Amino acid sequence: MTNAMIIPARRRRLRSATSEPTLVKWLLIGLCLAVLTVLLFAPLIAVFDEALRRGWAFALASLSEPDAQAAIRLTVLVAAITVPLNATFGIAAAWAITKFDWRGKAWVITMIDLPFSVSPVVAGLLFVLMFGANSALGVWLVANGFPVVFAVPGIVLATLFITFPFVARELIPMMLEQGRAEEEAALTLGASGWRVFMTVTLPNIRWALLYGVLLCNARAMGEFGAVAVVSGKIRGQTTTMPLMIEMFYNEYLSVAAFTMAGVLALLAFVTLTLKSALEWRYADQLAATHRH
Amino acid sequence: MNIEIEEISKDFGTTAALLPVSLSIPSGTLVALLGPSGSGKTTLLRILGGLEFPTAGRVLFDGSDATGLSVQERRAGFVFQSYALFRHMTVFDNIAYGLRARPRKSRPTTPEIARRVTKLLELIKLPDIGARYPNQLSGGQRQRVALARALAIQPRMLLLDEPFGALDAKVRKELRHGLRDIHDTTGLTTVFVTHDQEEAMELADLVVVMSIGRIEQVGKPEDIRARPKTDFVREFITA
Repeated sequence: MTNAMIIPARRRRLRSATSEPTLVKWLLIGLCLAVLTVLLFAPLIAVFDEALRRGWAFALASLSEPDAQAAIRLTVLVAAITVPLNATFGIAAAWAITKFDWRGKAWVITMIDLPFSVSPVVAGLLFVLMFGANSALGVWLVANGFPVVFAVPGIVLATLFITFPFVARELIPMMLEQGRAEEEAALTLGASGWRVFMTVTLPNIRWALLYGVLLCNARAMGEFGAVAVVSGKIRGQTTTMPLMIEMFYNEYLSVAAFTMAGVLALLAFVTLTLKSALEWRYADQLAATHRH
Repeated sequence: MNIEIEEISKDFGTTAALLPVSLSIPSGTLVALLGPSGSGKTTLLRILGGLEFPTAGRVLFDGSDATGLSVQERRAGFVFQSYALFRHMTVFDNIAYGLRARPRKSRPTTPEIARRVTKLLELIKLPDIGARYPNQLSGGQRQRVALARALAIQPRMLLLDEPFGALDAKVRKELRHGLRDIHDTTGLTTVFVTHDQEEAMELADLVVVMSIGRIEQVGKPEDIRARPKTDFVREFITA
């Protein structure tokens, strides 16, 4: 073999094996930005543009209407009830699934995903059938002064069902990857089960937990389909923000509709900003708790 | 503390991990459980530590029945295969964990905990790493921190699961002597699991050769080498 065959004919710029040519790089970034602009930025701007079309004062006035106020209060209340509950259920489910072996585990993992695979409207109907006027349970509940369907408890139940998977789904893969060794180590060092959970398990999952809680919260505030079915849409009583938006919109109150949509979008912004801020603030710990 | 294993067996569902095995470990010995993977050596170690419970049989510590003792009551210093250091805690907090987990009555004071942790860091010859996190340590340092953490609870015995498995050859040799030294200074009955016959033979006072859930032979390294009892032992120690 001669030397000429080994030396490449033309010298090329050297770059690492995993990087792409500049043209491809910019093409991909451009494509990504274009999609984001069309699907994300433009609609967001449109929402705020529409809301502020008649000025700030008009937009804010639409929010101070009693029905709008009631809708905001109800949405916050529902989120305040469902998010802590589902955080607890999610941790419990993830803990049971990842730290213990038992029969029927695979089945339970599948069931956790059910709310994702069932249409929210079907979920809503399910609660209407169970607790509504055509079931004995529903009749009894109404007779005893505790109506579920077309009342706040139904909205809470439907939201609980829809947002159940978020925390558990975030935690399960992470806890599976972390294994049980640290918990076992803590046990051999004399810690009680509760202490192990508080000092080892919880600190190890806190970022995934936070993320799951934020997603859960976003969905709890934004859920439409299931809540629409169970709520009965009684103004000022069982109307959550997403339902209120639809009602305003159908009544051609577009400023009111888009202002409330803007408030929901802002809530999402706040949660995302909060998450990023926390990640930035605790970057060191974040690096330390990830696998080496 | 001497350990007496009487006819211990363990099934996982329908598969038997341990056939009834018996073993007597005199106080203060350094014992190697040697065998290929699937021989039940780790299961036996975990039964001693109280992390698994036997399907049948008894474990006696200093003559008294310890079979039903919970993992916390066993006070076994356990070093896990990949060390299982608490990754969100500093080395100092890792070592102090067992002391802080004690009930208030028997919990040492904060300065006393600091004194003991410092002493343990000196014992493992890493006096300056208390403030670091586990992911900032090398494999060998992690192993020694795990050892210090296990020793902090003043254990009645030391149990190590493949303590050198995750280390490269050079560090492995160094740390073998480290474990021997720590065993000799503490005088603790020590049981470690390994699949490396050279490691077992060089380090242990007593070698227990295991295959598929059975104990093939128990003896001093030189006796096993000179008089292997079964074909399995002969093949395994010459491999």
